[in-house]
Amino acid sequence: MSGGTVQPDASKTPSAAARAQFDQDGRLRHFLTTEGLDRGVLVGILDLAESFIGVGTRRIKKVPLLHGKTVVNLFFEPSTRTRTTFEIAAKRLSADVINMSATRMSTTKGETVLDTVKTLEAMHTDMFVVRDAASGTAHLIAAHAAPGVSIINAGDGRHAHPTQAMLDMFTIRRHKGGFESLSVAITGDILHSRVARSQIHALRQLGVEDIRLIAPATLLPTRVESLGVSTHHDMDEALEGVDVLIMLRLQTERMDGQLLPGPEEYFRCFGLTERRLKRAKPDAIVMHPGPINRGLEISSAVADGPRSVILAQVTNGIAVRMSIMARLMGERAEGKS
Amino acid sequence: MSQRLPDVDELIDALAEQLRPTLPDRPLVVGIHSGGAWVAEVLRRRLGLDSGLGTIDITFYRDDFSTIGLHPQVNTSHLPEDLDDRHVILVDDVLQTGRTVRAALNEIFSYGRPRSVSLAVLVDRGMRELPIQADACGLHVALPPHRQIKLLGPDGLALRLMDARQ
Repeated sequence: MSGGTVQPDASKTPSAAARAQFDQDGRLRHFLTTEGLDRGVLVGILDLAESFIGVGTRRIKKVPLLHGKTVVNLFFEPSTRTRTTFEIAAKRLSADVINMSATRMSTTKGETVLDTVKTLEAMHTDMFVVRDAASGTAHLIAAHAAPGVSIINAGDGRHAHPTQAMLDMFTIRRHKGGFESLSVAITGDILHSRVARSQIHALRQLGVEDIRLIAPATLLPTRVESLGVSTHHDMDEALEGVDVLIMLRLQTERMDGQLLPGPEEYFRCFGLTERRLKRAKPDAIVMHPGPINRGLEISSAVADGPRSVILAQVTNGIAVRMSIMARLMGERAEGKS
Repeated sequence: MSQRLPDVDELIDALAEQLRPTLPDRPLVVGIHSGGAWVAEVLRRRLGLDSGLGTIDITFYRDDFSTIGLHPQVNTSHLPEDLDDRHVILVDDVLQTGRTVRAALNEIFSYGRPRSVSLAVLVDRGMRELPIQADACGLHVALPPHRQIKLLGPDGLALRLMDARQ
């Protein structure tokens, strides 16, 4: 292993961002980041998601928990699977769902976004699911949300994608039974990845000690080791004995300048092939948040192979998003049994 | 409270006696988590039924979700067999407001369309808030609102009277 020292657990002092998710009575009201959320909250979401899995296999795939609630999917950035799974999740909870796909210049934020939200709030919306290309948009909206309105961050810039991280944690727990003593490798474009950041925070809180980030130096944020991870540039070496391989999508649309040598060169050094996969544990699982670039970060043989749980991640995403939505709406009220 | 409560085993015997004369073909016994499921398992054996046992957790169907929130540990509902055109015997431990039964009926219908449903309860303590009555009942007892009657289990089922004010 190269680089990387594990820092003292940062969870003891939750950041302002983490605290902003709770109301004054300490109940979870928004879901904006996995950073600083304690293990109990994360495990609670995973446990509840487990019981929502069965809803998807019933003849009538609906429970009435959010009957009469209005959920607005506010997507300022294109998305297919995240928006769709949020919509399905809300509908399986019997909420009414409105999809708003708005485009805007990243420079005209602030007032414009809040005006949009205030307008929709005036229609008695109960929950906003927000995605934006700019970091912090969901936090901004949460800070100005009317009482009783919940915000879920569905991805903000390079900052966080907490529901993706939670569905990944759920998938890992379902296949590995738990988190302690796991070795997890996250490979690819860490620099631009909000998914990686949210995953690292969640994995650390859930007790994973060995998190290996594998990427070319140009795609690693500086001082990332302070999150409690190790960094690696030799993929073959770094995959040795790994239980979970998380492949990230190369976000060429977010790259300015020459960060990459070229697709063939990238695949040769950091693409996941069957040969490379052999270095991991025999029962290792392969994950990818999608959409996948076949032949760029992962070979088709691996993506469609027996160790891939990429489609299970999609299915699990619905149950996990149901869990988070139900948790936020239920948390609003008194917490008696 | 010095009042002696009846033996749960005898109450389940009484339930079986009441149900037996009108028992249709291949009924499916479904217990409401958790006390109802304990009673349902004993009742199923008393009735000599070899069909599987269904259990349902009505948490996702409660009508008070918006006021009391979600319990973090929700048990997965499990209906073992296709219930289309089957008779369902729905079992609960204590019948009070009727709201739990209403929620359970809603949940059952998201799995299929049973031919008919009957309700068997160990104890009916009154205080109904909905037009729901049991078809079979082990014990009728009128309790003041602050008294609670609970089934303890699953090992050695026993009824216990409690004071809700404590």
